[in-house]
Amino acid sequence: MEAAIAGLAGVGYIASRRIATALYMATQLEKPVLVEGLAGVGKTELALASAAMLRLPLIRLQCYEGLDESRALYEWKYGKQLLYTQILKDHMGRQLADAPDLGSALQRLRGTGDLFFSEAFLEPRPLLAALRAKGGAVLLVDEVDKADEAFEAFLLEILSAFQVSIPEIGVVRAETAPVVFLTSNNTRDLGDALKRRCLHLHIPLPDLELEGRIVASRVPDVEDGLRRRLVAFVHSLRELDLRKPPSISETVDWARALVLLNARVLEPDLVRDTLNLLLKFEQDVNAAEPRIRELLAASGS
Amino acid sequence: MPAATGLEDFLSALRANDVEISPAEAIDAHRAALAVGFADRRLLKDALCATLAKSVADERRFDLTFDRFFRRAPIGGHAAEGQVGPFDLEAALLADDGPGIAAAMESAATEAGVSDIRLGAQRSLLTRRLLDLMGMRALEARLEALRRGEAGEQALADRLAKSRRDLFEAASRYVGAQAEVFTPETGRRLREQILARQKLTAIAPEDRQAMLALVRRLARRLAKRYVRRRRRRKQGRLDVRATIRRSMGFQGTPFEVVWRRRTIERPKIVAICDVSRSVADAAAFLLLFLYCLREAVERFDAFAFSDRLVSVDDLLAEKSIDEAISLVLRRIGFRPTDYGRALADFFALHEARVDRRTTVIILGDGRSNFADPRLDLARRLSERARAVVWLNPEPEPYWGQGDSRMNDYRRFCHLARTCNSLAQLDSIIDRVLAAHMPS
Repeated sequence: MEAAIAGLAGVGYIASRRIATALYMATQLEKPVLVEGLAGVGKTELALASAAMLRLPLIRLQCYEGLDESRALYEWKYGKQLLYTQILKDHMGRQLADAPDLGSALQRLRGTGDLFFSEAFLEPRPLLAALRAKGGAVLLVDEVDKADEAFEAFLLEILSAFQVSIPEIGVVRAETAPVVFLTSNNTRDLGDALKRRCLHLHIPLPDLELEGRIVASRVPDVEDGLRRRLVAFVHSLRELDLRKPPSISETVDWARALVLLNARVLEPDLVRDTLNLLLKFEQDVNAAEPRIRELLAASGS
Repeated sequence: MPAATGLEDFLSALRANDVEISPAEAIDAHRAALAVGFADRRLLKDALCATLAKSVADERRFDLTFDRFFRRAPIGGHAAEGQVGPFDLEAALLADDGPGIAAAMESAATEAGVSDIRLGAQRSLLTRRLLDLMGMRALEARLEALRRGEAGEQALADRLAKSRRDLFEAASRYVGAQAEVFTPETGRRLREQILARQKLTAIAPEDRQAMLALVRRLARRLAKRYVRRRRRRKQGRLDVRATIRRSMGFQGTPFEVVWRRRTIERPKIVAICDVSRSVADAAAFLLLFLYCLREAVERFDAFAFSDRLVSVDDLLAEKSIDEAISLVLRRIGFRPTDYGRALADFFALHEARVDRRTTVIILGDGRSNFADPRLDLARRLSERARAVVWLNPEPEPYWGQGDSRMNDYRRFCHLARTCNSLAQLDSIIDRVLAAHMPS
């Protein structure tokens, strides 16, 4: 477990024990991991970091409403098929010319017909690409809750057996099971069937110490004292009743901005000017602005 | 394998605490435990949590159950298995053999099936059974004999009696801890099952909270299913005409395929809820149901009336659930009903809300206090709307008796049903959504 934590840290991802355990279990049990948590706590980042750590290619599938099999799994290169038929038309005509009757012409055509539904005309999309990757891959199915329920059901076959059936070709089975991450923002409840097939990992907002380490690893230029104070300030912001409390990515962005601005201490004016990096809603900014002084005092700077 | 039985016990404790675990997940848990081993408790906890807890709420319950469960016993076999020969309770008590007694208690508990405890009421029975298995009867007989004996034996008897009291306390503590791990949710579930079938008018005040939770869950489930239905209908089909027309540019080869997109009809629900005195008991729940449905269905208008009808949309949208309900009830509730007036109000102010895509759900008993029921308006409503569904808390034989005009109203309803328990509400609303929703 320590090795997993260290490995993730080596590629710039500071993981809690629970995260590292989930990753370890995923590789041990060959099960996909369903990662939940607020936007910006590092769900996608976890997949990127795991790919870097395991030295596997990352294949990413971004989900959205209306995503279907042809975008996610495979598609026939329809244009290419047509083009080839057009080009080979004469050739095929010659081939078939000496057939005595329609029946035998059809017979002969059937032999060549399958040519057009072979690997050469198959356009692999992320899921198929992940299954066929030699030596394994990290497959990231991002924001699976945005996809339709039908697509979720379709994922089940792939996730439980790491295989998929293509009617024209047959069953494609993964030689090495890919490490699969599914991320969800909870815009809707995922089906139980999908959840049951996955390991579940909920990434909460980190505590002061962990977040400090994350900022330190992401923005090494930030000076220690400032880092502690800025993390404490973000934590106190989270205590407010905000529509979208700042998450880790916002903290990191803010730290970067402060470094660029050559800030040494957190002045109220400076905080006010850069608050829009932390808070993404007008109402939140308005709610937090009058309390900056108070919050800064409370967080000890 | 002893470790495996310990883990099974833990799984059933989790199940009792409302973490759903299928057999497949149980297998995963065993595989996970094998992969990480039992030595590092924190590692085991994280690993099992990843395999078993499937939501944030699950995770919380998992953490709690894990801590409670393993505070009690070390996983990986019972200490008692190292023991040879029968356990002598008296000797152990006199020797003050703490670990020996604890081990004996563990093994007696396994035999007595303490971990099968499902209701708090089973506690004393199980405590007694546990003590019997440990040899309590023999001890009591011995005490009895000692008491009859000489003075020297009296002192021994006193010592034994005191130890026996301690042992009894320890045993009931042990069973209590077990009950804490294994029972909290099963009792609740049992109660909920009964509640779902209970008449809405006959719910005891102390059950209200449980009922609220139940309604909320029901509405969410319905809403989820309803959304699913709508989504499925959205998918397109091949538009042959357009595809052939486009193919003209490519010498008749269908190079561009055109899919027919269904224009999405936006379905709508208008709910009208009677909150008058005659349905007072059911009204709060009907309102609650509206509230939950509102959160889920996109286009939803809610009205409430007793003698006058008002829109409660804003209230439901802005206030918290309890506030909203009590406000609605205070503002217009508990007055004598006037269905005719309410319908007139509806048509005067909100007629435009109803069109051929609208399903109207009326919740009420149809008792109009002998006022004009305005059946003409009911007819107009049923003509305008896609469907009118009437849910009446009274059983059908009462319809039309006294001041009830239900039998008149029902002629203008596409569906009129008795609905006085949550179970009925569930099945009816489900059917309504299935049959009368525009697709």
